[in-house]
Amino acid sequence: MAYGPHTPADRQRMLAALGMRSVDELFADIPEPLRASPLRLDPPEPEQLLMQRLAGLAARNKVELASFLGAGAYRHFSPPMVDQILLRGEWYTAYTPYQPEVSQGTLQSIYEYESLIAELVGLDVVSASHYDGAAATAEAALMTCRATSRGTVLVSRAVHPHYREVLRTYFDGAGLGLEEIPLVGDGPERGSTDLAAMKRRLAEADDPVAGVVVAQPNFYGLLEHMAEASRLAHAAGALFVAVVEPVSLAVLAPPGAYGADIAAGEGQALGIPPQYGGPYLGILACTDSLVRQIPGRLVGMTTDVDGKRAYVMTLQAREQHIRREKAASNICTNQTLLALAASVWLAALGPHGLRDVAALGAARAAELEAALASVGVARVHAGAYLNEFAVSVPNAPEVHRRLLDRGVLAGLVLAEAVPDEPGLADALLVCATEVTTGDDVATFARELGLVLAEIGSGPASNTGNGTGAATGDGTGAARSVGARA
Amino acid sequence: MVPSDLRYTKDHEWVRIDGDTATIGVTDFAAGQLGDVVFVDLPAVGKAVEQFATFGVVESVKAVSDLYAPLSGEVVDVNADLGGKPELVNSDPFGDGWMIRVKVGDAAQLEELLDAAGYEKLTAEA
Amino acid sequence: MSASGPRLQPSLFELSKPGRASDKIPHPPADALDRLPAEHRRDVPAALPELNEPEAVRHYVNLSQMNHAVDTGFYPLGSCTMKWNPKVNEWAARQPGFAQLHPLAPDAVAQGTLQLLWELEQILIEISGMRAVTLQPAAGAHGELTGILMVRDYHRSRGDMDRTDVLVPDSAHGTNPATATMAGLRTISIKAAPDGGIDLDAFRARLGPTTAAVMITNPSTMGLFESRVGELLDAVHAVGAMAYMDGANLNAILGRFKPGEAGFDVMHINTHKTFSTPHGGGGPGAGPVAVGEKLEPFLPAPRVLREADGTFRLERVGERPTSIGRMRSFVGSTGVLVRAYAYLRTHGASGLAEITDDAVLAANYLKQRLTESGAYDIPFPGVCKHEFIASATSVKRKTGVRTLDIAKRLLDHGFHAPTVYFPLTVDEAMLIEPTETESIETLDAFADALVAIAREAESDPEIVKTAPHTAPVRRLDEAGAARNPNLRWRPAVGDWTPCPD
Repeated sequence: MAYGPHTPADRQRMLAALGMRSVDELFADIPEPLRASPLRLDPPEPEQLLMQRLAGLAARNKVELASFLGAGAYRHFSPPMVDQILLRGEWYTAYTPYQPEVSQGTLQSIYEYESLIAELVGLDVVSASHYDGAAATAEAALMTCRATSRGTVLVSRAVHPHYREVLRTYFDGAGLGLEEIPLVGDGPERGSTDLAAMKRRLAEADDPVAGVVVAQPNFYGLLEHMAEASRLAHAAGALFVAVVEPVSLAVLAPPGAYGADIAAGEGQALGIPPQYGGPYLGILACTDSLVRQIPGRLVGMTTDVDGKRAYVMTLQAREQHIRREKAASNICTNQTLLALAASVWLAALGPHGLRDVAALGAARAAELEAALASVGVARVHAGAYLNEFAVSVPNAPEVHRRLLDRGVLAGLVLAEAVPDEPGLADALLVCATEVTTGDDVATFARELGLVLAEIGSGPASNTGNGTGAATGDGTGAARSVGARA
Repeated sequence: MVPSDLRYTKDHEWVRIDGDTATIGVTDFAAGQLGDVVFVDLPAVGKAVEQFATFGVVESVKAVSDLYAPLSGEVVDVNADLGGKPELVNSDPFGDGWMIRVKVGDAAQLEELLDAAGYEKLTAEA
Repeated sequence: MSASGPRLQPSLFELSKPGRASDKIPHPPADALDRLPAEHRRDVPAALPELNEPEAVRHYVNLSQMNHAVDTGFYPLGSCTMKWNPKVNEWAARQPGFAQLHPLAPDAVAQGTLQLLWELEQILIEISGMRAVTLQPAAGAHGELTGILMVRDYHRSRGDMDRTDVLVPDSAHGTNPATATMAGLRTISIKAAPDGGIDLDAFRARLGPTTAAVMITNPSTMGLFESRVGELLDAVHAVGAMAYMDGANLNAILGRFKPGEAGFDVMHINTHKTFSTPHGGGGPGAGPVAVGEKLEPFLPAPRVLREADGTFRLERVGERPTSIGRMRSFVGSTGVLVRAYAYLRTHGASGLAEITDDAVLAANYLKQRLTESGAYDIPFPGVCKHEFIASATSVKRKTGVRTLDIAKRLLDHGFHAPTVYFPLTVDEAMLIEPTETESIETLDAFADALVAIAREAESDPEIVKTAPHTAPVRRLDEAGAARNPNLRWRPAVGDWTPCPD
């Protein structure tokens, strides 16, 4: 067996010590009718062949594309020192630090992570991590209900659709109310949270709101009026939850600056590879006054009996292993190794490096906007953005598919991602980061121009893929690959 | 021996009556079971408490316990010292570690509580 | 102080020095941010530490050396299954084809990963004896919530709105009742029978039309196979409730017991336990959930589908309205799942059966060694599965030394402590799980250490009560940490250089 150390002699010795002849005797307590049928699986695979199999599977993915896809997961440069540290067995094969005396490495790294994130978000209490940005946002929303003893949360429709769906699942589970705040439909504020509508809802006294959730930047890349939204929430006695993108916090005003009570977000952008969805890093932070409401592990500084500085998991009485059915959350395993990865990445880049990452993305995104405009493709919205924005593209799903064939991953087809949001039937959500090159941008613009000309020049019949997208009708029926949940 | 002038719940709260005011806390036994107390969550002055219902939470490093009211009434005072020094519950559970004072609704409810001997018996069996 | 080996480290912030720069990123154009309105700009730069590569790397290498890890030694942690974390799995997850794939990439460019995920589902279906699997949940507890929400939706879909209770044994892991609460359900805790197993009569007394589900760990958290589970499942189904199996102890039953075949309706699997994905200091894990036919329509969306032409795709938004919805963003913790897949392919059918046989043999051997020594109480002396309980009740009575002290003294012997004070139902409990990847020499050394500590408790209790003595730090002031929480470093003003704008 691959990782088992026992020789037949070892097994014999153990059985002899038990006065048994066969290991089957140890399973005699499984009643006959409950015994399993044999496992119908392939035989064991030696490592050499396993690696060939895995390499073959990996090769069936196409990752060498000029990619402009963000929408909640972002590619950034990671210095090799980060992964080399993460490959140390003392980090990745360590257990949860329940015996702090032999876990000071993990504990100190978590404390440092809490401190780094606290600096970035401007809030003092940071949990040791949640599963991902969506779960962190759901926990944040649940916190507002517990803290205010109210039962309804408002979430902007400009928060990531996956996050809103997870909020829905968690809130239905807990029997709490979740309502969506609509977006401004046109004009210069189109695509941002409709604060007037929010204010009207907050004023409804018969169903007071526990919390308001707004993202910055929002799903469409737009910058929201967070200070104003925060003020409106507080005026109605609700808490304000900011959903944030951590790299952007190098240059954008942090939640602490605009009075947010809780910040949640996805830490994947802190140098963690996309990995087709995870493991990621749910960031959750709050003000001091909410420290006993925040779920998840917390690491604090203390001293040992000799007076040495040391770190320990603290306020554990809140957690499931003690509080059980009264725990705020059932979370046990979290994302510690990813918190370490994010910390090492931040340590590797430093504040200047992080700021440069954000600024480079912004510069490249502006370049992208201009390049797309030069082939007649303009932004959907007018508001300010950092490095992500939506563009109007006739027949967006078909254009996206053709660009993919030409080696360009042209962002996200919004008609498929947010089918219920009006006015986005022909739009792509595109982003640029510091790893997007000028060549990538030029390629995208050039190929987009060619594809638009192709499609615009008669019935779409070149590819025979039977999508049936008629010229110029702009409906772009979503078919086959590219259609995404 | 626990103080003989107090009454006790089977959940290890004690109550001292002084006219129509009751002072409530947890016993040394409870404090011992909990270990070092780190936080006590108490109701605000003016809140109503109900006999045998929870009125707060006491948290130690390794445990959390609900606090059950020995009597019904209205909270008239809360021990503010416990905010900065929760360890008073361990060091002086029957004195400086008191938790809340309540204006008693129905003095007859005292009869439903254990006296010192009854409480000693309970903890001896634990 | 030695030149190498575990040493306390200053904080990252103390190592910071203004002006240190690592020059890893090119400089942006000076006007890159000019177009951002002032309203949105950060006034005060984040005071992140300024280090360069040598300082940063040394910091993290030195910190790591203060950790116990599977790569350094034994973790006899009951309920955690701290088996070996294979190195090929780290290679696999890091293949650029897997690691660089964006989670919203179109199906056409994700066929390799989609195929891997689909195959993994099939393997887990076979192991569990269930019918379908979701790979979405990010951890076991997350899987528990997923499973219980599916059970709730199932009952509601049949108009059964009054099923509000979840029955669990009193030895259940804390996540079980916490999960029930998150699902808006009430937990009813049922005391075990004297032999440690399910008390059928006690369960039957509480099973009824308000029962949504029972949540059972099998083997139990005491390491005992629930021989009466068949009768329990009959009783549960007879009242129209569902049976959830907490799969934390799956390592004990691979190839010997398939929960779906036995009648469980749903179970979760901890890949970071049974299937070797590394614990990472507390996570990440993954918690796939396997279900029978009744719950299949309710699985989280999107599922991975295999088309007639052999290609794979994800379900589209709205394609399966009966789904409970999403439990997380994107498809799952795919990086963890790649590792689990590699592990499962490595072992195959015979390898998995061997894992369980060796894990159970090792646990019984270790229990035998301790029983023969007489040093500890063994509350359940019969055959155990992959883990067993030893108790320090007698040691405490004779010497005042408790399980906590014994755990700390084990650290001085180079072992991590076992799981202590769990399950809650056993006094001074130590839950010991060797797993199948520890050599008999390690098992013997561990038994010897435990016995030595018991003897020490009699001859020199103080040294045990004040242990550990050789770890980088000794016992911590946990009360102080909770009374006056210090949860973040506070950089002093002037510790950083504001970024030139």
